[in-house]
Amino acid sequence: MSRNKFADRRLFFYFLFGGSAVLLLITLFGIQVINNSYKISAENNVIKAVTIYPERGYIYDREGVLLVTNQRAYDLMVTPRQVRLLDTLALCEIINIDLEYFNKNIKIAKRYSTRKASLFLKEISKQTAAQLQERLYEFPGFYLQERTMRQYPESSAAHILGYVSQVPDYILKKDDYYKRNDNYGISGVESSYEKDLRGVQGTQYLIRDVWNRPKGSFANGEYDSLAVNGKDIELSIDIQLQEYAEQLMLNKKGSIVAIEPSTGEILSLVSSPYYDPNLLVGRSRSPNFNRMYKDANKALFDRSLLAEYPPGSTFKLVNALIGLQEGVIYDGTRFTCDEGWRFSAKLKIGCHAHRSPLNLIESIEQSCNAYYCNTFRRIIEKYPTAAAGYENWRNHVLSFGLGKFLDNDLYTGRPGRVPTVDFYNKQYGEKRWKAPTVISLAIGQDALVVSPIQMANMCAVIANRGHYYTPHIVRKVDGAPLNDSTYSVPKYTSIGKKHYSTIINGMERVFIGKHGTAKTARLKDIEICGKTGTAENPHGDDHSIFIAFAPKDNPKIALAVYVENGGWGSTWAAPIASLMIEKYLTGKISNTKQEAFILNGNLMNTEDAK
Amino acid sequence: MRNNKTFFANIDWTLVTIYFCMLLFGWLNIYAANYGEGAYNLISMQAEPGKQLFWIATSCVWIFFILLLDGKFYTTFSYLIYAFMVLLLIGVLIVGKEIGGAKSWYDLGSFSMQPAEFAKVGVLLALSKYLSQLNLNLNKLETQLRALAILTLPILLIMLQPDAGSAIVFASLFLVLFREGIPAVYLTIIGLAITLFIITLKFEILTATIITTVVTILFGYLLKKGRNSIKPAIFSLIIGLGFIQSVGYLYNDILRPHQRSRIDLILGKIDDIHGAGYNLHQSKIAIGSGGFTGKGFLDGTQTKFNFVPEQSTDFIFCTIGEEWGFIGSFITISLFVGLLFRLIILAERQRSTFSRVYGYGVATILFCHFFINIAMTIGIMPVIGIPLPFFSYGGSSLWGFSILLFIFIKLDAYRMDILR
Repeated sequence: MSRNKFADRRLFFYFLFGGSAVLLLITLFGIQVINNSYKISAENNVIKAVTIYPERGYIYDREGVLLVTNQRAYDLMVTPRQVRLLDTLALCEIINIDLEYFNKNIKIAKRYSTRKASLFLKEISKQTAAQLQERLYEFPGFYLQERTMRQYPESSAAHILGYVSQVPDYILKKDDYYKRNDNYGISGVESSYEKDLRGVQGTQYLIRDVWNRPKGSFANGEYDSLAVNGKDIELSIDIQLQEYAEQLMLNKKGSIVAIEPSTGEILSLVSSPYYDPNLLVGRSRSPNFNRMYKDANKALFDRSLLAEYPPGSTFKLVNALIGLQEGVIYDGTRFTCDEGWRFSAKLKIGCHAHRSPLNLIESIEQSCNAYYCNTFRRIIEKYPTAAAGYENWRNHVLSFGLGKFLDNDLYTGRPGRVPTVDFYNKQYGEKRWKAPTVISLAIGQDALVVSPIQMANMCAVIANRGHYYTPHIVRKVDGAPLNDSTYSVPKYTSIGKKHYSTIINGMERVFIGKHGTAKTARLKDIEICGKTGTAENPHGDDHSIFIAFAPKDNPKIALAVYVENGGWGSTWAAPIASLMIEKYLTGKISNTKQEAFILNGNLMNTEDAK
Repeated sequence: MRNNKTFFANIDWTLVTIYFCMLLFGWLNIYAANYGEGAYNLISMQAEPGKQLFWIATSCVWIFFILLLDGKFYTTFSYLIYAFMVLLLIGVLIVGKEIGGAKSWYDLGSFSMQPAEFAKVGVLLALSKYLSQLNLNLNKLETQLRALAILTLPILLIMLQPDAGSAIVFASLFLVLFREGIPAVYLTIIGLAITLFIITLKFEILTATIITTVVTILFGYLLKKGRNSIKPAIFSLIIGLGFIQSVGYLYNDILRPHQRSRIDLILGKIDDIHGAGYNLHQSKIAIGSGGFTGKGFLDGTQTKFNFVPEQSTDFIFCTIGEEWGFIGSFITISLFVGLLFRLIILAERQRSTFSRVYGYGVATILFCHFFINIAMTIGIMPVIGIPLPFFSYGGSSLWGFSILLFIFIKLDAYRMDILR
C-alpha cells in the first residue's frame, strides 16, 4: 500500500540491534562467567578483617622480678567528616600540640578519607587520655582507640631489653604477619625473642559498607580467629646485680659483663652510658631517640656487645695456657725482664719495674710483659715457619670463643678479630713477618680485638678450667627452660684441663700476692681470681680492663669490666669487678670506702648522659 | 475487527507483556538496591521502591488516557506537542533547578520533572508528521535539512543544559531518516568519522594518519574503477586526514574534562580505580561478582553496601548483574531484543508512514538507551548518564518511555483505520 521502497533497510536495524545485544552478552559472559577476579574484588570490598591485638609477653629477671610489662595507651583518631570543632585550641592544649600540627594532620586525614577514621595522634599517655576523655564530647569526630605500650618498672637494663616501635618497612615487605603500625621489637630481647613475645594476632571478619560502617560479622564469625597472647620470658639477668653494675658505671664509659660459668647465663650486661628504657616508649620515643642518637657519648650504642677493644694484659692468661699446652714453658720457667723485652734497638716492649726474673705464677701476679714476649716467641718458633706456628697459636685462641660470633640469643654482637695469617701476609708480605713482628699479640695488643662479652666468656672458660657454655640471656620461655643444645653442651678449649690450675693460682695472686696488681681490690672472705689489663687507646687515655671470677672453686660468677679512658686496670676496673663479685655472692659491701670512690668517680668528658 | 471497538481492541499484547515484565524485574532490582539501608519502610513514599510503585501506577493512568484518545489525535497535534516540548526545554534553561552543574530539571515541590524525557515524544511525533507528507523526497537537500532541523533544535537546547546523554539519544533518531530513504552515504560518513575519532584518540595522530592512508589506497585499488577513482580517493583522503587533525580540537576544546577522562578510561589510556575510574571499576566488580547464577535476590554486597553509585538509576544493571548473574543479564537483554524486534516488525506492518516512522523512532530511542546504559556499566562505552528504560528508578523517564511506547501501541492498534 505505502510507498515503501526502502523496506530492505529494516535489515540494518535487525543487525544493529541483534549485533549490539550479542556484543553485550559476550562481554558479560567474559566478566561474569569466565573472569574470576571480580568476585575476589567484591569480597575485598565488603569483608574487612579487623585485627585483634594480643598482649605482648612480660619479661622477668632470674628471680622473677617483673622487668617489662604493658601499659594502656591511646591513639587519638579522627573522622574528618564528623568534625565540628568549636574550640580547637582547647583540644590542642589538652594533648599538647600546636595549631600547625593540628591543621597538618587534619589535612592528611582528609586526604585519606573524610568518612574513614585516621590516626591523628599516636600513643597518648593514660593521664592525658583521661583528661581528654572527660571533654571528648566537645570534640565530635575525635575518638580514642586503645593500644598497648611497654612499661619498664625497674627503669634499667635498657640495652638488654631493647625497645618496641612500629614495624619497620623492610620487615613489612618480607613478613606477611605484620601490618603497618604493628608493634615490633627493634633491639635487645624484644628483637631476638620477637616471635615469642608478640603472640599471635587474631582476626575478626566484619562486613562493611562503602563508608566502612560495620554491618555485622561475616558468616557468623566462622572464619574469625582469637588472639593468642605473647609468651612471658625469664631472663638470666639478676636485676639487683644489673642495677648495682649500672650504678657503678654511672658517669663512666664502658661495659660490665657477668656470666654464671656453670651455665653460660648472663647475670648482668651493662653498657655505659645507659638510659632509662621508659624514655623509648610512646610519644617521647622519637625525640629521646634522636637526642641520644646525636649524643657524643653514644648511649644507644651497646658497648657490651658491639664495642671491640684490645684485651690487653688479660690476654696473657691465654698465652700462658697455650705456652703450657705447647710445652714451651712450664710452671717454673723464668724469663728475665729488663724493664721490658728487648729484641733490637728498634723493637722493645717496655715493662714496669719489678723483681727479675719471674716464674709463671709471678708473671701473672705482676703482669710482666717480657715473660709473655718470650713465651709467645717460643710458641710461634716451635714450628718451622712463622706462619705454621702462628696458625697453631691462632687455633688455640679461637677455641676460647674469640674471633667469631657467639651465635647466641642476643640480638646483636661482633666477632672481634684474631688476625689470620693472610692478614699479616697482606700487611707485611708473605714470609716477611716472624714472631717478633707481631710480638704485641703476646700482651693482647696489635690487631687483636674482642668484645666485652667475649672477654667475660674467656674468663668463664678459665673459671670452668677449660670449657664454656655459650653465653645467653634467656632462661625460660613461657615457664619452660630453654631446650637448646647451643646452651647446654659445653665447648672445650684446645688446652688441657691440668694447665688451668697454675694460671688460676696466678690469678689469685693478683689479689693476694705481695705485688699483686689488684691487691687493693682484695676481698676478705672470698677467693677471687682476676687479671688486670690496660688497653692502649690511640684516641686518648688507656682503657682500664679487668677480668675476674669467684669463688676460686666452683665459681659462681665470671666477669669482664671495661672502663674507657680509665687508665690502669687496677685503678677502676679491678675495684668494680671486686664490688660486683661481693655484691653478687654476699649481697653486701664491706669496703664502702672503695665503693664510694667508684660511685662518685666521673670519667665523662661531657655532662651526665642519663 | 472494526466492529469490535472495545478499549483493548487490536492492542499488541506481546509489547504490553514485555513492558510489564520489564517494570516488574526493574522494580525488584530497585528494591534490592535500596535493601539493607535500615530503618524505614521500603514501600513508602519516602523510599525509592515505594515511589517507583507510584510512578508505575501513574504510568498506567497515562496509558489509559493514551489508549482512550483517538489515534488521529497524535497525527493532528504533532507539531503542537513538539512546540510545547521545545518551550519546556527553553523554560528549563531559565527556571530549572541546577543539579550537578546542569539545568535539566523542573522543581515541582516534592517532585522534579525532566523535560528531555518527554521531549522525545514531541520530537518523534513531529519527525513522523514531517516524513509522512505525500511525495516527500529525502534525496533533496532541502528536505534533508528540514528533517534535520526538527532534530537539531531540541538537541541544541539540551546541549545548553548541558546533558550530553540525552543529546546523543536525540541524535540517534537520524537512523530513522536512514530507514525512510536518506542516502546511505551519510550513515557511512558518520560511521567513518566515529571510527577515525576513536582510532586517533587511541593511537595518536601519526598512526591514525598512516592507517587512513593505507586503507584509502587499498580501497581505491580494490574498487578498480580505473583513473576515475583517483580524484575521489584523494579527495576523501584529504577530508579524512583533515578530520584526524581536528580530533585534537574536538577532544580538548569541545569535550569537558570529565568526559575526556571517561573516554580515556575506556580506551585504556588511564587506569585510575580510585578517581575517575572508581564508578566503572566498582560497577564491573558488582556485575562480574554475580557469576553465572548471581548472588541471589537481596544478597548482593556491592550494591547493597553502596559501592556502586547511582545504583537504582543509571547503574541499575549492576544490581541485576550481581544478584541475578549472567542469567539475569541474559533475561534483561533478551527482553530488550524482543521488544526492539517486535517494534520493527510492527513498524513494518504499518500502513501509514507516520506510524512506521514513529515505530522506528521508538525502537531507536529505546535501543540507544539500552545499549549505551548496559555498555557503560561493563566498560564498552564511556560513562554516559542515561537511564535503562523501564528498569531505572525515576518518574520522568518511566513516564516518558511509557508514553513513547504506548502511543505506538495505540497507533498500531489504530492502523486499520488509517488508509495512508
